[in-house]
Amino acid sequence: MTIENQDFYSQAILSMAALVGLMSFLMLGQGRLLRLIFIFAVQGFLLTATTALAAYSLNNPHLYISAFLTFVLKVLFIPWMLKSQVIQMNLHRDLEALKNNTLVMLGGASLMVFSYYVLHPIVQTSSAVMLNALAVSLSVVLLGMLLMISHRQAVAHVVGFMSIENGLFFAAIVSTQGMPMVVELGVAFDVLVAAVLFGIFFFHIRTSIDSLDVDQLNRLHEVDK
Amino acid sequence: MNWIIAIIQTLLFVALAPLLAGWLKWCKCRLQNRRAPSLFQPYKDLIKLSSKQPVVAEHASWIFTRSPYIIFSAMVLAASVVPFIAVDLPTSASADVIVLVGLFGFARFFLALAGLDIGTAFGGMGSSREMTVSSLAEPAMLMAVFTLSMAASTTNLSVAITHVLEQDLVLRPSFVFALLALILVAVAETGRIPIDNPTTHLELTMIHEAMILEYSGRHLALIELASQLKLMLYGVLIANIFFPWGIAESFTPEALGYGLLAILGKLALLAIILGISETVVAKMRLFRVQEYLSFAYLLGLLGMLSHIILEASR
Repeated sequence: MTIENQDFYSQAILSMAALVGLMSFLMLGQGRLLRLIFIFAVQGFLLTATTALAAYSLNNPHLYISAFLTFVLKVLFIPWMLKSQVIQMNLHRDLEALKNNTLVMLGGASLMVFSYYVLHPIVQTSSAVMLNALAVSLSVVLLGMLLMISHRQAVAHVVGFMSIENGLFFAAIVSTQGMPMVVELGVAFDVLVAAVLFGIFFFHIRTSIDSLDVDQLNRLHEVDK
Repeated sequence: MNWIIAIIQTLLFVALAPLLAGWLKWCKCRLQNRRAPSLFQPYKDLIKLSSKQPVVAEHASWIFTRSPYIIFSAMVLAASVVPFIAVDLPTSASADVIVLVGLFGFARFFLALAGLDIGTAFGGMGSSREMTVSSLAEPAMLMAVFTLSMAASTTNLSVAITHVLEQDLVLRPSFVFALLALILVAVAETGRIPIDNPTTHLELTMIHEAMILEYSGRHLALIELASQLKLMLYGVLIANIFFPWGIAESFTPEALGYGLLAILGKLALLAIILGISETVVAKMRLFRVQEYLSFAYLLGLLGMLSHIILEASR
């Protein structure tokens, strides 16, 4: 079944999946924290659009509430909070030197192929659209982990963690055609609590090692090397 | 009859290229709160230059004096290959998109040779930079174009555009990536702002201007016209591959007139977008150009991957 014979909803979901994947790649190669947070907000906006699209085409009004929650949390609140913390800690002028940027990007591309390969056996039990969207969301999860490995700033780690959550959320919307409202509210609340907790941790890390660079955590060895 | 239309289309392409450059300059001036020169200023410049006597350095070999003609004719050939106001013309059937990239490469080869020929430091520096940029840009462009070729299963531009036109609106993830990659490559190859500044003659930053520094008179006019043609070629490629609606499919006067209006509108819009991006984006350091172009290549690769992964039949 080629893309020409699929309905408009499937085409739109596939395009959204591709764009969400692209945002993960952009985050992977981004050394500036404020721009990283902006791309994260764009990814959140794409998720909102996907949710609204699913709500419209599946005629499922409670997904609109979910889209609204996603918009408020992932496009407005969390990016705003991270941004204000970055500015408060005076990190927004730092340009993080990414080690082996090209290698990391190539690793990201191979992770995408890998996640497709892993999900290939379930092709018999699901539609082509769902398989593709699941593959992309799995790769968003893996790219989020790669982002956490390759960046050294704690703020970048938080963004990576949140983008892992974005990938899971995308998979949930596409494959379940709308989760129960309780689950969505729970997830949204969890994300909110996590964001606030991370904010508190930033200050703790900062007061104890005077930096948010996690490589400096090696100084916490009890025995001097 | 078809051949006559093809020749008229090519002539129109060459005649309109300075107008596009003038319009782009006008947009940029208005955006930067400056008084804009007339839209026809590039024509006046070209006429003035071609009436002047070219000054050629004493040690220039035949490559230096022949190069402008070779570059200009390669660009005119390229202009005849690209579907401009109509598809299915005999000229576009004779060459495909790989030939088009080859023609660009041919023109660039002679431009770089001409830059080296005089033996000044600037010319050599410009040539070396141009070759560095283009060796990174060309794979990215081919990758973007191959995505289109795989979707339409042909490398012929005219057939591919007809294929896109025949379907109703299909949202293709791969085309989004290919479009972004082609825009990035077009900006790099035509020497626009994040890569090269076409209006500066500052030693450290110039690429294209450094190569043609020694040219004057009608040679300079030909090279200027060739680079305006190149800008227009990329604009037409982007407009007609990804948004082909409005291009003439039959050779009636109404269809052709409508096609001309459509492509002029699309080019004007593209020039406005380019003008805005040139106003808000600062020029990049030379050593960051490879990051920019490898990002373009990554986009092209993602386009190809998402064509195979997301769109192919199974």
